[in-house]
Amino acid sequence: MLNFILKRLGLAVLVAFTVSFISFSLMFLSGDPAAALAGETASDQDVEAIRVLYGFDRPMLIQYWDWLSSALVGDLGESYYFKLPVASLIAERLQVTMLLGLCGISFALLTAVPLGVAAAIRPNSIIDRIALFLSVAGQAMPSFWFGLILIVVFSIQFGILPPSGTSTWRHFIMPTIVLGYYAMPAIMRLTRAGMLEVLSSDYIRTARAKGASEFTVLFKHALRNAIIPVVSLAAVQMGFMLGGSIVVESIFALHGAGYLAWESIARNDLPTVQALILVFSLFYIVFTFLSDVLNAWLDPRMRAG
Amino acid sequence: MTFKGKALGMAAAAAAMIAAGAVHANKADGVLNAAFTKELENVDSYFNSSREGVVLQRAIWDGLIYRDPATNEYKGNLATSWEWIDDTTLEFKLREGVTFHNGEPFNADDVVYTVNFVADEANGVKTQRNVNWMKSAEKIDDYTVRIHLKEAFPAAIEFLSGPVSMYPNEYYAKVGPSGMGLEPVGTGPYKVSKVVPGSHFVLEKNENYHDSPKGQPEIAKVDIRTIPDVNTQIAELFSGSLDLIWQTPADQAEKLSTMEQFTVANESTMRIGYLTLDAAGRTGEDNPFTKLKVRQAVAHAIDREALVGALLKGKSKVVSSACFPSQFGCEQDLTSYEYDPEKAKALLAEAGYPDGFSTDFYAYRDRDYAEAISSFLNAVGIETNFNMLQYSALRELRMKEGTPVSFQTWGSYSINDTSAITSQFFKFGALDDARDEEIRDWLNVADSATDPDVRKENYSKALKKIADEAYWVPMFSYNTNYVYTKEIDYTPTPDEVLRFTTMRWK
Repeated sequence: MLNFILKRLGLAVLVAFTVSFISFSLMFLSGDPAAALAGETASDQDVEAIRVLYGFDRPMLIQYWDWLSSALVGDLGESYYFKLPVASLIAERLQVTMLLGLCGISFALLTAVPLGVAAAIRPNSIIDRIALFLSVAGQAMPSFWFGLILIVVFSIQFGILPPSGTSTWRHFIMPTIVLGYYAMPAIMRLTRAGMLEVLSSDYIRTARAKGASEFTVLFKHALRNAIIPVVSLAAVQMGFMLGGSIVVESIFALHGAGYLAWESIARNDLPTVQALILVFSLFYIVFTFLSDVLNAWLDPRMRAG
Repeated sequence: MTFKGKALGMAAAAAAMIAAGAVHANKADGVLNAAFTKELENVDSYFNSSREGVVLQRAIWDGLIYRDPATNEYKGNLATSWEWIDDTTLEFKLREGVTFHNGEPFNADDVVYTVNFVADEANGVKTQRNVNWMKSAEKIDDYTVRIHLKEAFPAAIEFLSGPVSMYPNEYYAKVGPSGMGLEPVGTGPYKVSKVVPGSHFVLEKNENYHDSPKGQPEIAKVDIRTIPDVNTQIAELFSGSLDLIWQTPADQAEKLSTMEQFTVANESTMRIGYLTLDAAGRTGEDNPFTKLKVRQAVAHAIDREALVGALLKGKSKVVSSACFPSQFGCEQDLTSYEYDPEKAKALLAEAGYPDGFSTDFYAYRDRDYAEAISSFLNAVGIETNFNMLQYSALRELRMKEGTPVSFQTWGSYSINDTSAITSQFFKFGALDDARDEEIRDWLNVADSATDPDVRKENYSKALKKIADEAYWVPMFSYNTNYVYTKEIDYTPTPDEVLRFTTMRWK
């Protein structure tokens, strides 16, 4: 198991480097960083001054090496745009994103898993139909539209939730629902499919035959097996939520890391983009790793692997 | 994010229908809640190039001079008087008894430190053109100071009344631009009580504000949050948690103006939109735009009135000069090309393109305007291959290789002088698509002459030739919508600067 983990980690680090190098190159391909930094109102001289100031006139590989060598010793540099240390900028933004991501995935799991189980117990029943409707709706509604509808209903019509911002926990309710709802359908369908498969297997029949209560059968025997692929999916979804909640962060004015990444790309803010990509790839690595460990705990057969 | 398109508009309209009447304003607690759309990079005004930055700069700091936005008259602000000692030396008498927000008294040392700091290129001021005409400053006595210019620069007064504001020397020396951005200190009508970089700014009234031509502030507190999504801003406005938004798109503003709880004010900005044509043949010697008749055909092909009426609306106007009409030296009496597609076709035929030709067409913003323009060109036989690029990518392309035709805009960073636009693009810089020596020489004279009549005459010559040669096809001026609750009394100014100081509760 340790060998396996080390191999996975080594591979993950290589992936992180490759991603960071590719993203660095892409930033240069997507437009002149000096012009982007100088902004739309800049004159030629402004652009040239910035080009020299930030060393964009040097070969790209040297610039990448500069960034990499300081990043490796923990110096992520200063944001070109904000003129602030990238580390503190990202730390501040990540708090919001992580809180939102955790709330979102919790919401998704807490609604999707029970619904999936309920749907699997009585396939084609009214509960199954409702669950199917909810998941199709969740998949079909773009989050910016769903977000605005929630704002219209809860902030404007009923006036019970604040439309945007981060100052209280109430500000997080609508973003959590929108973000979580987006991840919910896949988790629910996977739970349902897994449960259906498991429930028709021999050992469930055995469990029932030995007189185990329905609750024990469902949650101890069936769900524990059915949920294994769900754990992997949830880990990927969590990674996605941390890096990809751009639309939700933008609509609810949350100023998290996803929105920062999106804006920083448009602003060619290389140090910020590079650091965020590093952080996001680390998230994926950590969550995939955690899901492996969790799966191993849920399924003893995996511990041997 | 343009891909959200129609659905957003519909949702906002739905919001508008449902919400009528749900407003509770913040007049009682004296807090005005406003929104920015864009994340401001750094509050230090020398280290940002955003409109939002200008808004905060005018609230937090003062310049030596002030230009009355209504009359365009220059008045003393931190300086009480000024005079030109010679072409490159300006002497100022400073106002006494002014203190910065942190208690530091304002005097000649502050002016000297600020000017010398920003004029030094090594300090990396982001908006170099705002400061790079200054060489240094020199203290004569505590309240007399001289600013030395690198060369004659008559627009100095305009710059000193706009982007050049005075910083406290001791504090700035200690904290630098990053520190100033996080805890700004100025002499202005508003003090800063909170900065969350990019997302949240809180201003409080400066009770000890000096007797400035800006006037005294009344609103006790201004709370500004960055809300990137316009529809969310409108929702906040409906729910009463915002009192003022601006830069609201025309279609949304139109809907809001029908609702009785909001005032929708529209005011022109200094930004103009134009086509720049590759007259110099940078994209190839045989490029059709090197022919005068082709360029004139382009000018005749576009119904600018229709663009203004259908898309820009508000106070936008058709412009024919390569500058904004209020700018000093912006000649209005010059060749203007009326909409005449038949004439355009005839001109193309005369130029040797009876069946038209095809060309790459570039734009970086306002896709709807750019598409409308390119379809006018298609209609007369100039088949356009439409390319929408990121601003920085298009700029790089234009600097390196040029583009045959591109839709550009320029806001002159609110400087009310033709040197801020025409001279930026027609003096053989990397973005000069005309490369006309005569025009360059006239502009050089106009930019550095101290006699206003000489300046006017030379700008006029340059602008007339630009129009005759149709190097640019100027299109229209832009406008901005300001939406605020009926509790607020405010008259926007035509320079796209939001002034909290002149806002009043009704």
